Amino acid sequence: MPYLQIIDLKTHFPVKNADPIKAVDGVSLDIHQGEILGLVGESGCGKSTLSRTVMQLIAPTGGQVILNGEELTSLSASEVRHRRLDFQMIFQDPYASLNPRMTVFSTLAEALRTRQPKLAGSDLNHAIAELMERVGLDWRYIRNYPHEFSGGQRQRIAIARALAPQPKLIIADEPVSALDVSIQSQILNLLNGLVAELNLTMIFISHDLSVVRYIADRIAVMHFGKIVELGESEQLMKNPRHGYTRELLASIPKIRDTA
Amino acid sequence: MPLLEVTDLKTHFHTRNGIVRAVDGVSFSLEKGQTVGIVGESGSGKSVTCYSLLGLIPMPPGKIESGSAIFGSTDLLNCGEKKLCQIRGKRISMIFQDPMTSLNPYLRIATQITEPLRLHMGMDRKRALKHAIRALGEVGIAEPEKRIQMYPHEFSGGMRQRVMIAMALITNPEILIADEPTTALDVTIQKQILDLIKERQRELGTAVLFITHDLAVISEVCDEINVMYAGNIVERAGAEELFKNPRHAYTRALLKSIPALHAKGEELYTIPGLPPDVSQPINGCAFRPRNELGDSAKCLPNHRPVLKDTGAGHWVQDCPGCLA
Repeated sequence: MPYLQIIDLKTHFPVKNADPIKAVDGVSLDIHQGEILGLVGESGCGKSTLSRTVMQLIAPTGGQVILNGEELTSLSASEVRHRRLDFQMIFQDPYASLNPRMTVFSTLAEALRTRQPKLAGSDLNHAIAELMERVGLDWRYIRNYPHEFSGGQRQRIAIARALAPQPKLIIADEPVSALDVSIQSQILNLLNGLVAELNLTMIFISHDLSVVRYIADRIAVMHFGKIVELGESEQLMKNPRHGYTRELLASIPKIRDTA
Repeated sequence: MPLLEVTDLKTHFHTRNGIVRAVDGVSFSLEKGQTVGIVGESGSGKSVTCYSLLGLIPMPPGKIESGSAIFGSTDLLNCGEKKLCQIRGKRISMIFQDPMTSLNPYLRIATQITEPLRLHMGMDRKRALKHAIRALGEVGIAEPEKRIQMYPHEFSGGMRQRVMIAMALITNPEILIADEPTTALDVTIQKQILDLIKERQRELGTAVLFITHDLAVISEVCDEINVMYAGNIVERAGAEELFKNPRHAYTRALLKSIPALHAKGEELYTIPGLPPDVSQPINGCAFRPRNELGDSAKCLPNHRPVLKDTGAGHWVQDCPGCLA
C-alpha cells in the first residue's frame, strides 16, 4: 500500500471567454514511505501547481489525494489546516522563505509549537538544539538572524524548520538551484542523510536532471500538466521511452570525461 | 597578438566595511573567434572582471587599482569614457543573465534593437529597421517584421534572450561578453540559446568571453577555461585538458562535488568551510583553509601564488600545497 496516492488529480484554472488552463491534468502517482520521487519538467509544466494541490493549498478540480489511507480532498477546511503539518515544503530561495525579523530560535520555536503548542523552557531549547545539530548548524548561532548566514546555512535553517513539525511528507521545490556548486553538494548530502535516518518521504522538484538522477529513487517527467514518463531513475536516464524525456535529456549540457 | 589582452587587473571596492578586493590581479587573453570561459562561485570576481573591461563598475565605491586591457591599440581601462562609448556596444557587446531587466519594458523592441545601429553606424530609421528585422530573423524569431513592434513583456524568457543576442551582435562586434546568459532559462531553452550563440559565432567570427558558475555549460561551450577563486585565476587550461587533468586543489574539489559525476546515493564530496571574505586582506594561498585534497600545510603562507605555465597551455597557481 503506497504512502501517498495521487489519483487522476486535476487542477484547472478558469479563464474568461476561453478554455480553462489545465495546469495539472489527470496526474496519478504512488509514493512509498521512505522514497524520494523526483519531479522534473520545464517552467509552466505544472510541477508547482501539482505540489500545491497535493498540499491542499489549491483545491483540485477533480481527483483524489490519499495520504496514509486518509483521503485529504474530502476533508473540511479546518481539518485540512490541521493536516497540513504533515506536509512541509522547502523552497528554492532561502533568502525569501525565512522571516528576516526572526532569529533561528524563534523560527524553529514557532515551527515546533505548531505540533506541540505547550513546548517551552528547557524542553524547547533541547528540541531546537537537536534540530540544529541534525541539519549541521552550530547552536551558538541560535540568536542570529537570517541575514547573518550564508545561502547554504540559510537553506539548512529552512530544512530544520521543515523537519520541526515531524512531517510525513516533504516537498522540496528546487532546493539547491540557487546555491553554488560546492554548497549544493553539502545540502544534497544532508537531504540524503535525513531521508535515510528519519525514513522521510520526499517529492524533489527540479529542472536539473543530473541532480534529480543523483538523489531520487524514481523520476516522474511532467509535460503540459501530465506525467509523460515515470521510472526508476537510472533506468529512465539510460533508457528514456517518451520523446519529451529524450529531448530533455539531450538538452542537458554534458561534462567532458574526467580522469 | 591576441585580440584582447588583460594584464594584472585589480578592481577593488572601497566600502565602509573596508576594501573589498573583488578582482585581485587577473590576467588572461582572448584570440579572434575563440571562446574563453570564466567559471567560479558567487563572489569569486568573474562578473566584476568583465564589468571592469567595459567601464561598468560604479566609481566610487569601485576603483580599478591597476592593470591594462589592450584591445587593438586601446587600453580599455585607461582610455576615457568617450573612447569607451565608441567601443562598448559596437566592437565589444555584452549580454546579461536576466533578459527582462536588461531590456527596457517601456520601449518597443524596434526602438531598442535599432539604437546601436543609429548610434554607432549612423543609419537612418528606415535602414536600421530593415537591418534589425533581418537580425531578429537570424536568431530564430518567427515573423520578425511583426514581432519587432512588440514590447519585451510580450516575449517569453528564451525569446527575450534571443532578442538580446540579436541586439548584441547587430553591429558585428569583435568580442561578445556573455554573463551567465542561460542561468535564468530552462534546460531545453538553454540548449537552444547556447547553440544559437555558437552558430552566430561561427558565422560572424566573434570572440566570446563566457561567464558562468555551471561547469557543465562551460565544458560544452568553451575552448579555454579560467577557474576563478577569491579574485584570482587559480587554473587555466583547454576545456578537455582541464576536465581530464585538473591540477589545482580547488578545481579538483569542484569536479568532485558535482552530482552528475557520481552514482546514485554515493556521498558527494563537499568542500569544507566557506569562500574567504575578500574584504579582509588575504596573505598567502586563498584556498589554504579549505584545501583537503592537496596538502594545506604546504600552501604558501605569505604571498599569493602566481599563475605559472606548466606546458601545453595549462596554467596553474604555483602553490605547492594546492598542487600536491
